[in-house]
Amino acid sequence: MKKIFLSISLIAASVLYVLFGSERYAALTAASDTPTPLTPPEHTPPPVGTFKDGSYTGTLADAYYGNIQVRAIIQNGALNDVELLDYPSHSRTSEYINGRALPELTSEAIAAQNAKVDIVSGATQTSKAFRESLAAALAQAK
Amino acid sequence: MKQTRLIMGMPITVQVIDPQVTVNMFDEIFSYFERVDATFSLYKSTSELSRANAGLISPQQWSNDLSTVVQLAEDTKKATCGYFDPRTPQGTYDPTGIVKGWAILNAAIMLRERGYKNFYVDAGGDIEVSGVNQSGEPWRVGIQNPFSRSETVKTVHLTKGGIATSGTYARGNHIYDPLAPDLISQNPVVSLTVIGPNVYEADRFTTAAFAMGEAGIYFVERLKGFEGYQIARNGRATFTSNFNAYTSQR
Repeated sequence: MKKIFLSISLIAASVLYVLFGSERYAALTAASDTPTPLTPPEHTPPPVGTFKDGSYTGTLADAYYGNIQVRAIIQNGALNDVELLDYPSHSRTSEYINGRALPELTSEAIAAQNAKVDIVSGATQTSKAFRESLAAALAQAK
Repeated sequence: MKQTRLIMGMPITVQVIDPQVTVNMFDEIFSYFERVDATFSLYKSTSELSRANAGLISPQQWSNDLSTVVQLAEDTKKATCGYFDPRTPQGTYDPTGIVKGWAILNAAIMLRERGYKNFYVDAGGDIEVSGVNQSGEPWRVGIQNPFSRSETVKTVHLTKGGIATSGTYARGNHIYDPLAPDLISQNPVVSLTVIGPNVYEADRFTTAAFAMGEAGIYFVERLKGFEGYQIARNGRATFTSNFNAYTSQR
């Protein structure tokens, strides 16, 4: 029953997507064609060049789901990068709920890689704990 | 040149490879994000969006930015069959799920209009890339391991377009399913990464497809020009049929 509902939802999703798909590009074009006027900043941006170069590790801050710790990298006196050192891990065994592979698409077990990357895509990290740890790291760079 | 600032509660990093880039360019980009935050932050009672929600300003008084975002939010609701819905269960209007991707794309457009070709703009893990990295190769974008955030589990190579990731683990229950508001706590998916023609498209479709649970990757599979990599709670990833075109080194 659940599967049938899922199939119907997906079919409906596809139909709606086809129906409305063209509108999205119209809207996006409208957005892109309306250049956002640049007004003087309402907030004074943080001064550049006020920090000492180096890397600074923040405090271990308590997020409600575990601990968070960051390292701030200062280059040419400005914040250059933020690395996440510690982040709560999920327990894989306790969260194992469904090993069933979905038939049409390929699946694989994820594994940490050593590849060097330029940028990392992940879900946004905006927790209070994250900011606290970063603030502590930056305080050391003063 | 590369700079990071904390705006909208998240690190925003811009790197430009083109040698003619100036510090002023970075200031302009970050000022733009500051302005977006001042307009759309729901944490600030003084933001235009908060004032609109409080009924202090009427739609006729909305700025061009707010009108555009509201229009895009309504369009996204249609394009995602209601899985992205700016109307919250609390009755407020929250289009901010698309604001980040929209702002990153606008920042990238600002850079392109100034003639820059090789750069990326990364706001909290959602990224628009252009051209090549410092080594003259496509940008190497790692997909974060949702179980261990200092690791990556995959590398994709991009020279244009956007990539965005949604997950349960970053903002608690911030992303909910408007068709079944309690679904999020049972979502078997912990992370969904979408590659699209630009970061605005990738961001809004990953937000909506993530709310669909396991069906999300099939929604992405049906989107022309999009690929996705979905990680389930059991540590298994399911990916769209042409995803691997991005994983091989070019």
